Amino acid sequence: MRFFLFILFPALVCAGEIPLAERRSGYEFMSKETRAMQDDEGTGPAVLWLLDGEALWGKLGCTSCHGDAKASMKGVAARYPAVVDGKLVNLEQQVRHKAPSLAYESRDLLALTAYVARQSRGMEIQVSEKSKPHIERGREFFHRRQGQLDLACTQCHDDNWGKKLAGNPIPQAHPTGYPIYRLEWQAMGSLARRFRNCLTGMRAELLAPGSPEFVELEAYLMWRARGMKLDAPAVRP
Amino acid sequence: MITRRIFLLFGLVAGTARAQLPPNIGEIRKKALDDAVRKVVGNHPVREGRVKLDLPPLIDNGNTVPLSVEVESPMTEADHVKAIHVFTERNPQPYVLTAHLGPRAGRARISTRARIADTGIVMAIAELSDGSFWSGSVKVIVTLSACLEEGLI
Amino acid sequence: MSRVVVNVPAEAKRGEVIEIRTLAGHPMETGFRRTQLGELIPRDIIRSLVCTYNGVEVFRADLHPAVAANPLISFTTVATESGTLEFRWSGDNGYSATLSAAIKVV
Repeated sequence: MRFFLFILFPALVCAGEIPLAERRSGYEFMSKETRAMQDDEGTGPAVLWLLDGEALWGKLGCTSCHGDAKASMKGVAARYPAVVDGKLVNLEQQVRHKAPSLAYESRDLLALTAYVARQSRGMEIQVSEKSKPHIERGREFFHRRQGQLDLACTQCHDDNWGKKLAGNPIPQAHPTGYPIYRLEWQAMGSLARRFRNCLTGMRAELLAPGSPEFVELEAYLMWRARGMKLDAPAVRP
Repeated sequence: MITRRIFLLFGLVAGTARAQLPPNIGEIRKKALDDAVRKVVGNHPVREGRVKLDLPPLIDNGNTVPLSVEVESPMTEADHVKAIHVFTERNPQPYVLTAHLGPRAGRARISTRARIADTGIVMAIAELSDGSFWSGSVKVIVTLSACLEEGLI
Repeated sequence: MSRVVVNVPAEAKRGEVIEIRTLAGHPMETGFRRTQLGELIPRDIIRSLVCTYNGVEVFRADLHPAVAANPLISFTTVATESGTLEFRWSGDNGYSATLSAAIKVV
């Protein structure tokens, strides 16, 4: 029995966090031309990975348990990371559970994850009560000063979103669109890759994709984005 | 008193210093663009007009910039656009794309996504069936460049 | 992995100008990037896209490193007769990809 509880955790709300009504997806910080690339269902850059993902869904035998992804995967991406068998896993890890040969950040894993995530596009992000301890640790990471610049994520993404950093708008850091086609990478990439970019900018220690701290941070960010609509796979600058 | 020796020494030092100056990148790029355009148009004059180049004026990321060009033309056998050439002013090399059209195109309109390395001009030149050349250009602002920065991440 | 995509309307009226959108998965390595050790990464790009309509070339594009990765090229053509549109991409290091799309012209 799965619990899709849309729960508010009053204890976790504190000053500095963006009021729920003021939350905006990264989509809204992009120019209309970049948004058009995301909205281009036929020839947007993410389409290449979606088609590969669809092919892999069949080739790797996902259909034998899950049948048609359009039906069985609907809503799945909107409730990950989730606690499965007592362990917090994100979507990539869940996809890898039956295909462990797919390496993190590999083209195949990204394509399959993008294809699964696509089936939840437009659905509201939901967070389960079971993830609460992980969310709290993720929140702690988000608020911790780190790196040579002694910066915490919250300082940019809660306190200064909308302002410019090196000429570009600072978004609110909601992972509504992952995996994303990032123009900077000119390829599809995961949330873990994006975290590593941020940590590089902060001159902080990089963690590996799939590391528990990253998955807990992802859980916190998804809780922070609860109720917002998933728009994966997105295009971002 | 300036002796001949001091004068010659001064000239040598100044000459060496001049040779050590970093290359004028702006000049090099401009010359490359002029050469590229000359290769296309030869000695013919290029008139401004009829070419509409669409680019976001402020670019999210220079690595992928949606770009479209439309040229006013009836696109008939007698009067059509033969080719559209797109150039940038500040990229390491000036060519972007050349589209070869013809009367079967129906309309002289193409779209693509370009890489733009730096704030500057993007130019499109249309080559018409009557041998004339028309151009249109847009100035764009780039904060995150293509080509010039290492993709460390 | 040469994944290519083409959007062509399945049906069109005779004489109608239709829009064709093409997308090719390709890194379009410019030849200007360097590795962490300073070595130049050699250029590897798609050089050309050709579209033929029942065997007749109706569009050709010459691509340069300034075309972004995973190049989108969109253009128009007049729907003259029913048949097949064939697309051929070719580039450095023997890169080659083809795709066909049928069109019914009424």
